[in-house]
Amino acid sequence: MNFWFVQTINGISYGMLLFLLAAGLSLVFGLMNIINLAHGSYYMLGTYIGITVYRYSKNFVLAVVGAAIALAILGVLMQRFILRRLYGNHLGQVLLTFGFVFIIADISLLVWGGYAQNMPTPSLFRGATTIGGITFPTYRLLVIGVGLLVALFLWWFQKGTKIGVAVRAAVDDEEMSQAIGLNVPLTTTAVFGISTALAALGGVMGGPFIGAYPGVDVEALLLALVVVIIGGLGSLRGAFVGSILVGLLDNFGKALFPELSLFTIFAPMAIILAIRPNGLFGRAL
Amino acid sequence: MKPLKAATTLVFFVLLAILPIFLSSYYVGLMILMLIFGIFAMSLDILMGYGGLPSLGHAACFGVAAYTSGFLALNGVHNFWLEATAGLILSLVVGVIFGFLVLRTRGVYFLMITLALSQVLWGIAFKWTSVTHGDDGLSGIPRPDLVVIQLDLSNTTVYYYFALFFFIIAMVAMWLVVQSPFGLTLKGVRDSETRMRTLGYNAWIYKYVAFLIAGFFASVAGILSVYYHGYVGPGDLHIITSAKVLLMVILGGAGTLIGPIVGAFGIVLFENFISGYTERWLLLLGLIYVLVIIFAPRGIYPPIKERIYKWLTS
Repeated sequence: MNFWFVQTINGISYGMLLFLLAAGLSLVFGLMNIINLAHGSYYMLGTYIGITVYRYSKNFVLAVVGAAIALAILGVLMQRFILRRLYGNHLGQVLLTFGFVFIIADISLLVWGGYAQNMPTPSLFRGATTIGGITFPTYRLLVIGVGLLVALFLWWFQKGTKIGVAVRAAVDDEEMSQAIGLNVPLTTTAVFGISTALAALGGVMGGPFIGAYPGVDVEALLLALVVVIIGGLGSLRGAFVGSILVGLLDNFGKALFPELSLFTIFAPMAIILAIRPNGLFGRAL
Repeated sequence: MKPLKAATTLVFFVLLAILPIFLSSYYVGLMILMLIFGIFAMSLDILMGYGGLPSLGHAACFGVAAYTSGFLALNGVHNFWLEATAGLILSLVVGVIFGFLVLRTRGVYFLMITLALSQVLWGIAFKWTSVTHGDDGLSGIPRPDLVVIQLDLSNTTVYYYFALFFFIIAMVAMWLVVQSPFGLTLKGVRDSETRMRTLGYNAWIYKYVAFLIAGFFASVAGILSVYYHGYVGPGDLHIITSAKVLLMVILGGAGTLIGPIVGAFGIVLFENFISGYTERWLLLLGLIYVLVIIFAPRGIYPPIKERIYKWLTS
């Protein structure tokens, strides 16, 4: 019994990390129609920066905030000066963002070397918590908490704030939004910055159990794509449900059928896509 | 324009045929890779440039054919034609099945489902160690035994002409496909599927056949690759390989057959030359992608082509 509870918690906490990663990817695609294949690279870069900040400051919060801010700045610069030129050119975006995958991978290798690096678990959240007679790793519970908070924040941001309304208006009709005085370019740039900051947040939160190593960028990108495919592009709810689904599938797949671990993610995805080509919550393109 | 096109193509083929005479075997080997990736990139362009279906899993057919032929060659079959046919057939079977799944989607979803399906195959290659030897891959695959013709294919230059033979056949065949009524209808479906459907065309069938044709020629490239390297591994099915060929097409210019060749030749050359000079070749490759797309959003070849046409007609 204990096995199932702990594995479920592990699966959900992994799912929450995936949500941090996939929410930004989904948002950027759904709202701005941009395919960003460098999203996994932002995740990796964020993790490396977080680990480095932690090494010098020994402060977990500072590591999280520092990585998120650094990646937000990078994202804003990239969107403002480069991606904006390729509006609507999907193939161009693929080439461009893959170019960034290569550049970020090589610079990371140069700066941080080829060894896997982990973040120490912050001392406050080490060890285990017992709830109702069942013991859970405390840090996993923290990850779930952060994931839920971010999900709530994003939901509120989209539905309840003026910027969120502006974003949705800009997606539906860019020209009309401009005409009634909304600053569309600024809005899209801000959303892009939020998405890269979220990827970094996911990276640092995952630091204690996933860490950063060469190749984690492509792995993270693949998982984020699977989540977004299952959930449906552009849907926050889809990203949330898809993340938890993939987190559980991956966790139980690895625990129960270690030799089939890749199938337990990709096979359900192929089936879902065959039945619902736009994902569970996606709009028709 | 037609005679000019034919003349340039002929000059191109003649150049490819005589160049190896002046080159050392290292460069001949490099040219073999250029030919292999040339076929691979052109095949993807049938799907992408002419069918409007960008695939990020095109390594699937390449890898399946390579694994099948390599496996048979290592396990007692000493007949190239048998091994290659088996590779083509198995890869066709994969295409037939995948085609049903992927063609339910379009655009970005197509990009992603092709990626995911090819990763499933990568997973099989990685895990099914009794057949694929897992991460190590199949190595020590001998150069093909053509049975009916005696050719010493272990000689790099001879293998080059062997590959060139298939390159020319593949290029001409693909050119015939895109010029045919089938190819023109496919372009029509790419530009406006609803309009073509209204005109009575079954758009799905055209896309499905394009998917199979693209897979077929990717398999040809895979088979040439496995015998050249004497090796096939999970990397041949990985997203990195799929992405590489996709980038070749975009870099050269999708929607022309010359564009992918330009992209493939360029990237193979660049990777080999630069990696000899600096360890930071990945960084430089990334920078080139970024710069090309900023200054030539449609790829390298289309603007050059237009300039030549303008110059000729003025």
